[in-house]
Amino acid sequence: MAATDVLKPDHAGARRHFIFNNEHEQLRESIRSFVVKELAPHAAEWEESTFPDWVFSRMGELGFLGLTYPEEYGGQGGDYYCALVLAEEMTHSNCGGLNMGIAVHTDMATPPIHLFGTEEQKQAYLVPAIKGEKIACLGITEPDAGSDVSGIKTRAVRDGDEYVINGSKTYITNGHRSDFIVLVTKTDADAGYDGFTLFIVDMDLPGVIREKKLQKLGMHASDTALLAFQDVRVPESAVLGQVGKGFYNIMWELQGERMIGAAGCVAAAQHVFDRTLRYAQERQAFGRPISKFQVTRHKFAEMATKIETARQLNYTTAWRFANGEYPVREISMAKLYASRIAVEVADECIQIHGGAGYMKEYDVERVWRDLRLNRIGAGTDEVMLEVIGKSFGI
Amino acid sequence: MAAAPARAARAPVPPFTAAHEALRAEIRTFVAAELRPRAAEWEADRWFPSSVFGQLAERGWLGLKYGPDADWVADAVLAEELARCGSGGVAAGVGAHTSIATPPVARFGTPEQRERWLAPAIRGEKIGALAITEPDAGSDVASTRTRADRVDGGWLVNGAKTYITNGVRADFYVTAVRTRAEPTHGSLSFLVIERGEGVSASKLEKLGWHASDTAELAFDDVFVPDEHLLGEEGRGFYLIVANFQWERLLMALGAVGAMRAALERAIPRLGGRGQAVRHTVAELATRAEGGAALTHHALRRFLAGGDAVREVTMAKLATQRCNFELQDALLGLLGPDPELERAARDARLGPIGGGTDEIMKEILGRSMGL
Repeated sequence: MAATDVLKPDHAGARRHFIFNNEHEQLRESIRSFVVKELAPHAAEWEESTFPDWVFSRMGELGFLGLTYPEEYGGQGGDYYCALVLAEEMTHSNCGGLNMGIAVHTDMATPPIHLFGTEEQKQAYLVPAIKGEKIACLGITEPDAGSDVSGIKTRAVRDGDEYVINGSKTYITNGHRSDFIVLVTKTDADAGYDGFTLFIVDMDLPGVIREKKLQKLGMHASDTALLAFQDVRVPESAVLGQVGKGFYNIMWELQGERMIGAAGCVAAAQHVFDRTLRYAQERQAFGRPISKFQVTRHKFAEMATKIETARQLNYTTAWRFANGEYPVREISMAKLYASRIAVEVADECIQIHGGAGYMKEYDVERVWRDLRLNRIGAGTDEVMLEVIGKSFGI
Repeated sequence: MAAAPARAARAPVPPFTAAHEALRAEIRTFVAAELRPRAAEWEADRWFPSSVFGQLAERGWLGLKYGPDADWVADAVLAEELARCGSGGVAAGVGAHTSIATPPVARFGTPEQRERWLAPAIRGEKIGALAITEPDAGSDVASTRTRADRVDGGWLVNGAKTYITNGVRADFYVTAVRTRAEPTHGSLSFLVIERGEGVSASKLEKLGWHASDTAELAFDDVFVPDEHLLGEEGRGFYLIVANFQWERLLMALGAVGAMRAALERAIPRLGGRGQAVRHTVAELATRAEGGAALTHHALRRFLAGGDAVREVTMAKLATQRCNFELQDALLGLLGPDPELERAARDARLGPIGGGTDEIMKEILGRSMGL
């Protein structure tokens, strides 16, 4: 604490959080410059066509798909915060569907292989995934089981040295382009939470059917699939982790997924906030920039406060997670809060843009459409509230 | 297969350390044993005994951020824990003394002035109040009317102050006065006015904070000697601004403490009330933890010594309305209950005191060039 002089506000100064160091800042710079230069120019086109697979190989080449994985598997050996940096900087692509496709690959489908996989599985799937040569997806949700993971019906039945898988999965990001899926199945219908098992399934096996590309409110650049598994035979070596531990392992995976989702939400909210702030300073109405109206000023003050609250909740929680705590309550809070405020901020930014905000050209309505998913995906707001409430014993 | 994810014990979030958590436990025990049981009585009395200052001073808690072992984080712990006493008025009285009235003396006072007011304040022997607001000048301090006219050996002070916490019991008032005629920031100065001839105080009735002696003051030809000028003449505005950040941070910390305490107490009473109640609690807890994360971030920024205006302003804005809404919601779920009613009443001041929510939004908006 400075003892003597009155400090003048320094609103432009860097405000780095204690979890980040210079290396994180360098990483941030290099990801951002890549995203702005090589991805963002295609955003409008990919919104129509979905993004191309070369993004994976290019990001693999740059090392961005393995930031937190050990060097022996081709990763960069970075700490957990590097994953947050990636999630935050991807937002500069202006393409939510792309960011989601990458995040599913790096932070949802591959972490269980790294943590629970055998050496053979890591060589066969993690190494090429980090290089961007194989694309991953994660199969949890089914037509009749969403947030209620325990209600899934996809069965894997043992037959000699093999398992035979039957069932269907839906809302699967990267489902059409993926080379393999980390699949949640039920192996013992009578064992409750101990009856689930994860498998790694090659998507070109007989019986794996990519049924249709799903049309969505937002995230248009992402391919989202309905998948069917009909008598798909996999060897015993396709089991990921222990038989019967699938439910617990996927619950662990969901924590990381929610944390990364929350980071993406805050970054997206900040990004659309910054663009809207510039717009408000240029747009004239009633003889002055709309930013000069007091109600506009207060809207920005409130949005900035919400964004900063969400960011700090994320970073404090990420710090706990990186320290080896398993802060399910805080992660749920961070995910709930960040998803909500991101949608609120995007909505307010549409409002400040007025008619322009409703038009495709200004790319604000797209942000709202893309962000709206966050209050549903990876566990709905209501599931987060259940988790938080039950964590207090009520 | 890799080992299951390891689970580490919970660590205190920086800037708090294990030592701070030990202090927290100590203060919490004291507050639970000595203050909270009497909160209802003091509420009815519209007064809490000044011996509370002595009790806190005995333990060294009135001087945590002063002297060679100064520790601002420890003072932050005190602010969070005092919020658990169940009386906004008591927390306000102590906070006004440690964090509003004495900081300008510590920072701008001469060694003699610090000896005269700060040292006995830390010992709990003299109680301080900060007197800035006037009946016609609230957030707009440039409109201050209390006059200090030059006389031989000092000043003659005339005017009125209002909403002064500790106003009745205070031994000294750190007072904003106009030492020049023109109504600008440059004519504001600070005088330390001791209780005595020409100084009168009357207690105000309020919505909440009942245990606090919030007062209106009148200065009627009060002679104040030269050596009671705090800082430079005409630099009073800087003295006010210098402590804004800590005052607002303290309010945010107090709200964080109050929200966490209220939830801890309410949750055991809310089991079995159904899903809607579960979700309400989850919503409230999420907002409370968001406020805590933001406030502790602002605290870290403040401690780092750089400009923390934006973070502190956000923390104050984010926590005060939130605290009131939380207390109000718990009252709705569990009331009628005198302690919950008191908490809700007390929390209502948050979005007003220390700069209103609207002022916070103005500061933030302007910080973005709007």
